[in-house]
Amino acid sequence: MELLSGADMIARALHDEGVEYIYGYPGGAALHIYDALFRQDKVQHILVRHEQAATHAADGYARASGKPGVVLVTSGPGATNAVTGIATAYMDSIPMVVLCGQVASHLIGEDAFQETDIVGVTRPIVKHSFSIKHPSEIPEVIKKAFYLASSGRPGPVVIDIPKDMTAPTERYEYSYPKKVRMRSYSPVTRGHSGQIKKAVELMLKARRPLFFTGGGVVSGRASEALTDLVRRLNFPITTSLMGIGAYPQGDRQCLGWPGMHGSYESNNAMHHTDLIICIGARFDDRVTNNTSKFCPTAKIIHVDIDPSSVSKTVRADVPIVGPADAVINEMISLVQGRELANPDALEAWWSQIDGWRAEREGKLYEPSAPGEPLKPQQVVEAVHRATRGEAFVATDVGQHQMFAAQYYKFQRPNRWITSGGLGTMGFGFPAAMGIKMSYPEDDVVLFTGEGSFQMMMQEFSTCKQYGIGVKIINLNNQSLGMVRQWQDLNYKSRHSHSYMESLPDFVQLAGAYGFRAIKVHTVEELEPALEEAFRNKDELVFLDIYVDPREHVYPMQVPLGSMRDMLLTKTERT
Amino acid sequence: MRHIISILMENEPGALSRVVGLFSQRNFNIETLNVAPTEDATLSRLTVTTVGEDRVIEQITKHLNKLVDVVKLVDLTEGSHIERELMLVKVKALGAQRDEIKRTADIFRAQIVDITPSLYTIQITGDGGKLDAFLAAMQPVGVLEVARTGVSGIARGEKVLSL
Repeated sequence: MELLSGADMIARALHDEGVEYIYGYPGGAALHIYDALFRQDKVQHILVRHEQAATHAADGYARASGKPGVVLVTSGPGATNAVTGIATAYMDSIPMVVLCGQVASHLIGEDAFQETDIVGVTRPIVKHSFSIKHPSEIPEVIKKAFYLASSGRPGPVVIDIPKDMTAPTERYEYSYPKKVRMRSYSPVTRGHSGQIKKAVELMLKARRPLFFTGGGVVSGRASEALTDLVRRLNFPITTSLMGIGAYPQGDRQCLGWPGMHGSYESNNAMHHTDLIICIGARFDDRVTNNTSKFCPTAKIIHVDIDPSSVSKTVRADVPIVGPADAVINEMISLVQGRELANPDALEAWWSQIDGWRAEREGKLYEPSAPGEPLKPQQVVEAVHRATRGEAFVATDVGQHQMFAAQYYKFQRPNRWITSGGLGTMGFGFPAAMGIKMSYPEDDVVLFTGEGSFQMMMQEFSTCKQYGIGVKIINLNNQSLGMVRQWQDLNYKSRHSHSYMESLPDFVQLAGAYGFRAIKVHTVEELEPALEEAFRNKDELVFLDIYVDPREHVYPMQVPLGSMRDMLLTKTERT
Repeated sequence: MRHIISILMENEPGALSRVVGLFSQRNFNIETLNVAPTEDATLSRLTVTTVGEDRVIEQITKHLNKLVDVVKLVDLTEGSHIERELMLVKVKALGAQRDEIKRTADIFRAQIVDITPSLYTIQITGDGGKLDAFLAAMQPVGVLEVARTGVSGIARGEKVLSL
């Protein structure tokens, strides 16, 4: 058996785990590990310009590939800078392993230089965490961390590594375990058959059924099975913001996504359905609006791998704890050869839904006339056309995020990359980098705004270093659009600190790093700029697109109302 | 309603803080908390009493079960069970009161475990109600200090909480 130092064990274990990229930033407590990385060439380290970007880049990689993202930071500020990214991954159940340097064991608790109790700081935002107590534990802890991060309901795992655990002078036997077992952790592998039968009977008898599926279908790789089941039954489906792409958008059966800014037909269908078949979504407050008025006539089947998600905010009538793919496949085998009890009712339900669709057809927004400021929605639609709906799309947070979700139509899962749960501004740019590095042949688009982008714009430098060709669509409305929208609606248009004064000239800024950048003001300039931007897939291009700052995101649910209570435009409501 | 949840968890550093942290993070309430290693040195048993509607208790047990350090748990209040708390209390004990305090302690099956010329230290076990009643009985003579362990409990009959 080989003798390795703790630091070399880390590098080796990451390779044995199949890790391609680590995103990180060096510092004192992590230097032994960085030296070990220098002396190998299997795992590639990507140097970001801020630790938060490391976590978001790893997160973007994980969301696109389905594999855990890996982060390496030093102790103290290195680790605390990573906290927002860890919380972002936690809220969206993204597999991630974060290795944090720590001060040497004998200094812990003494307020040593760059010491933070990062295990304590991150406790509420991790799936689990480890602190290395002896170098010989390293291979097993790393194996456990990857197993925990990627199995069951995925999530981030932190490993705290005191500097003396990686000392080059101490060597121990290295072998990487093929498997780990933990007596206190055994994620379910299938759902309860009796419950699934019960669910299927309800589905066959339903008069106004509706699938409502979420991120669990994406991370559970159950998209194909879901599409099969939904098509067999000819039921309508709405996917949560996190579940976009798990069922092809634009398909007749897909109603878009529900919730605060969800589609008119989705929210109406949710309100009127008599059976919600929820798979891998968690009925969060941005979906349900007021839970006491939520879906008054619906029975709820709730499939989730995490029992604590079931009946948390909304009581499930048929709870099923299990992985999405296994449960859906069991449902498929049960519906095979069976007939719907009320096919006429389903027909009538479809006409009702088509009626809602027709009501809003062509009324979603007013495209701008030549010479007028561009509408953000039409920019998203133009990008969708330019990329044939096949790009990876990362976003930041705010109006542009909602417009991107509403107007870019995804055909596949893992292509829509957004911070849904935590709503982290600054997420998008590094996430796009993480995606592009793993999918160099694909178009990777970042929809951002001038507010979000400035939170992580230092990453231009990382893109320059590694030649990362993401396409940045800056929907520049010179204000914090979503904040401004709420101020318009709830604070009599008192725009408290939602106006971004002293914006940089983004074209010059991108130019300073050597990137092509184009300012776009009018509809005539848009198509040629997009054409130029997407001509070369290896090149980072920044489009600074000025859009109408007065535009609001609609529909918008009325606070404390039911699913169908919506503002449809600035002057219309349901 | 009040519930007693008994948890077997890994006897590892940080495990206790994860359990306690969960309660504050999710806005669950802790009335009492009691923790010690078991006969198996790799396991600790933690007993927590909490108050909440059934929906909240269901969430508490689900979230506790999700913690990687939690191996097994049981809500003792779902069945017949024994619950005990131990209390050490120092009371003023002067002159004629010394006899009276001794008699009261006997009635409660409490024991005087330490004395000085001016005070008694009394040990008493029982459920929370009994301990409260004893404290109320001692109030007139003067309670100087109280140390309570919080509830520990075990199911009646054949049911066993083990791996």
